[in-house]
Amino acid sequence: MSIKLNVLDHVMVPDHQIMSEDEVQQLFSLYSISSEQLPKIYHDDPAVKVIGAKVGEVIRIVRMSHTAGRAESYRLVIKRPKK
Amino acid sequence: MPSPKRIGKIEFGLLSPKEIRTMSVRKIIWADTYDDDGFPYPQGLMDLNLGVIDPGLRCKTCDQKASECPGHFGHIELAKPVIHVGYTRLIRKLLRVTCRSCSRLLLSPEEIEKVVGTEDDLTGDVLSEKDIKKERLCPHCGEQQLKINFEKPTTFSEIFVDDGKKIEHKLTPADIRARLEKIPDEDLRHLGINPDVARPEWTVLTVLPVPPVTMRPSIILENGQRSEDDLTHKLVDIIRINQRFKENQDAGAPQLIIEDLWELLQYHVTTYLDNEVAGCPPARHRSGRPLKTLSQRLKGKDGRFRGSLSGKRVNFSARTVISPDPNLSVIEVGIPLAVANEMTIPVQANPFNIEELKQMVRYGPFRSSLTQPCGANYVIRPDKRRIRLAEGNLETVVEMIEPGWTVERQIRDGDIVLFNRQPSLHRMSIMAHRVKVMDGRTFRLNPAVCPPYNADFDGDEMNLHIPQTEEARAEAAILVAVEENILSPRFGGPIIGGIHDHVSGIFMLTNQLQWHTKEETLYLLKHIDIQHLPEPGKEENGVKYWSNKQVFSEILPKEMNMVFRASSCQNCETCKRETCERDAYVRIIDGRLESGTIDKKAIGAFDGQIVNRIIRQYGMKRAAEFIDDITHLSIRAIMMYGFSFGIDDEDLSKTEYGQIDEVLTSAVNDVQRRIKIYEDGQLEAMPGRTPEETLEMQIMQVLGKARDRTGEIAGRHLGLGNSAVVMAVSGARGSMLNLTQMAGCVGQQSVRGERIMRGYDDRTLPHYKKGDRGSDAHGFITHSYKSGLNPTEFFFHAIGGREGLVDTAVRTSQSGYLQRRMINALQDLKVGYDGTVRSTGGRIIQFRYGEDGTDPMKSSFGDPVDVKGIVESILKEEV
Repeated sequence: MSIKLNVLDHVMVPDHQIMSEDEVQQLFSLYSISSEQLPKIYHDDPAVKVIGAKVGEVIRIVRMSHTAGRAESYRLVIKRPKK
Repeated sequence: MPSPKRIGKIEFGLLSPKEIRTMSVRKIIWADTYDDDGFPYPQGLMDLNLGVIDPGLRCKTCDQKASECPGHFGHIELAKPVIHVGYTRLIRKLLRVTCRSCSRLLLSPEEIEKVVGTEDDLTGDVLSEKDIKKERLCPHCGEQQLKINFEKPTTFSEIFVDDGKKIEHKLTPADIRARLEKIPDEDLRHLGINPDVARPEWTVLTVLPVPPVTMRPSIILENGQRSEDDLTHKLVDIIRINQRFKENQDAGAPQLIIEDLWELLQYHVTTYLDNEVAGCPPARHRSGRPLKTLSQRLKGKDGRFRGSLSGKRVNFSARTVISPDPNLSVIEVGIPLAVANEMTIPVQANPFNIEELKQMVRYGPFRSSLTQPCGANYVIRPDKRRIRLAEGNLETVVEMIEPGWTVERQIRDGDIVLFNRQPSLHRMSIMAHRVKVMDGRTFRLNPAVCPPYNADFDGDEMNLHIPQTEEARAEAAILVAVEENILSPRFGGPIIGGIHDHVSGIFMLTNQLQWHTKEETLYLLKHIDIQHLPEPGKEENGVKYWSNKQVFSEILPKEMNMVFRASSCQNCETCKRETCERDAYVRIIDGRLESGTIDKKAIGAFDGQIVNRIIRQYGMKRAAEFIDDITHLSIRAIMMYGFSFGIDDEDLSKTEYGQIDEVLTSAVNDVQRRIKIYEDGQLEAMPGRTPEETLEMQIMQVLGKARDRTGEIAGRHLGLGNSAVVMAVSGARGSMLNLTQMAGCVGQQSVRGERIMRGYDDRTLPHYKKGDRGSDAHGFITHSYKSGLNPTEFFFHAIGGREGLVDTAVRTSQSGYLQRRMINALQDLKVGYDGTVRSTGGRIIQFRYGEDGTDPMKSSFGDPVDVKGIVESILKEEV
């Protein structure tokens, strides 16, 4: 029997969501950036695996911030390079 | 300006013999440099084809003058190949991974695939020495492999076993080169080598490039003799041996001699490339000094990279010792006349200033006193030619000047300059000050600006830079000026403020209620810019008196309201507010100090509540003026009261000494009692601790309390009449603990937070019985610094003191490196207009700076809005 731990349930892991295509386009035009300029996250990151995001998708991370209360951050899922 | 370019790729490779010959303009065969007439030998090391360094001669290659010719490479044909010391590691690796007969990789294609991956799915890994088993058979030709031995610096040999004996067979560079030549390109790619730019056999030199003379210039000594560069000396050695080698080779000399010469040639080439190789005696100059050869030119702190490329020297800068001058404003800097006369600012002549500039030129470079107006040192003509002003040419130059010329005038009072103290750890380490030309030989600064520079006056030196363009001066005035940097971006509070005597002085002035006569009041306010004295606070027998709080209120902005507690506040359970016997409840209503003492909390650097409030309400400029007023007023105050400290200030009375003795004796007895309980096995251990640890903790506690008790006893005797107490209470310097140690008892010495346990077996010193746990045997010092320590106490004190020294030494170096790495990582990030933090490539690091987009400098100690301060200043009471 294996009980799988859902990392998103841990208090220290912030909320991860996959963004829709429209949201991503909005994000790009808001900051006038391309996907290359986004911060990255590996496809095998535990949180990415839980929400099932694919390489090329963008993830919204909402965390509680010391300074701002609620802070949003966005990351592009990329393939982990071999070594 | 050229537009910035993105670097596509960087290729690292080796110079091939072919390339070396192509770029060479001359084959060098003569070991000599100049003939008897001082003319370079053709095909010698100073051949005119290699570039010229003597003025007047022209380069034979490019026909340019000494100043324009960049120099050209030559080459030396080596009699036999020699190994390049920089690549011995690579050579060793290649010899070990390839077959000794067919020179192919000692791995089958399947084995290679395991590491490198298939054509379509490369792992990105390359083969290493570890992937190959030792002394195996070659999978391609079946040859038995031998162990390759490498001996520093450049000797390779094969080891094989014959009749149970190990036999070492030396490989000559020619053998090695032959082997490397045979390695197939495809195998090299698996090893991470690109054979197009770096064939391995190029690591064994057959031809040596001779650097241009411009990078090894000879200098002519005072006696007319030429002195050659270290590189030239080394090249002379190489050519000499190379020629001899060739002659011997042609004459068919015995193998032994050839080998000796080959080794000698290898030695010279090795030391020419790197004179600090392990296992190789460095080549020396005739005087015994080791030569500075190629590698030494690049390496280390003074090498080409750290010394010449990253480290830059600048003009228009000055450096000297700093000293304090409380009469200067914080925004000023005192500059010695000698420095001011050397430093200049270029001013372009136009119809409006030409008369003024002509007058400066008339004064020339001679300014002998502070009262004289500034002169000029140089004049620049519109064709960029410089004319140095000297006694003889002043009038002729004045006649010539017209609009379009530039005059380099000397700096004068009011000019803006950048002032810097290393290490420049934060942006306040460089600030712009206004010049004040002064006598003497040191830079002078107001002691209130010491904290941002972290400067003191025990011999510190500081640097000064003169901005040369209008833009640079504007930037200095708007961004870098002292008054723009009073707030620290680290915590959003003031970093400039009163220190030491400013705090002591203002404390003595404002503590409790005091009354001053008109003379005293005027003495205190002498340097403050006020038109009229306020109404006197009281009048007795026809004499008018002003209170000390009135005096201080004169420097406060008129409509200020704030309430806070001073440093001397003891945080009583119920605050007595205005009736506080320490006068620590500070209330400022409408710019009047109603009650309370002004001290470190109010005006000190890092704390400065009043300074902070003035910045928020009235701006940085008013705050700078306030700090100036504070320094002037507090210095006047401390001069009026007088302030000194001597050995007798640590004296206590007989009763106090008796009480201290009593406290210490009872503490020592208490410790003995507890040890007894422990030794009887009666001590109940605290949860999670052994009885031994429990005892140690109890002892530390008892002794710590005892020391504090002696401090209280001493403090009772020493009141605010004692200078050390004034300094400790006001927060100017020192603490009551320092005073306790001076007058009461030094207390327990510790190493890593524990009593001193190290030393001999079961005891710290041979003066004690083994297993003695008593207080004195483990570093408790019952004496005070005043009474003096006995020898054992002194020894323990040295142990405890050493720990502190080691800690600071380790901490500074570690935190320095930590900071350096962090700055290197963050230096090119910037906050965009949309609030994002981005790298130079436009990549987003943070979507909003600090997640809340707040400038920490403008925040209030970390919070975006200072709600409490705003409410207080409107309600005029504490909230």
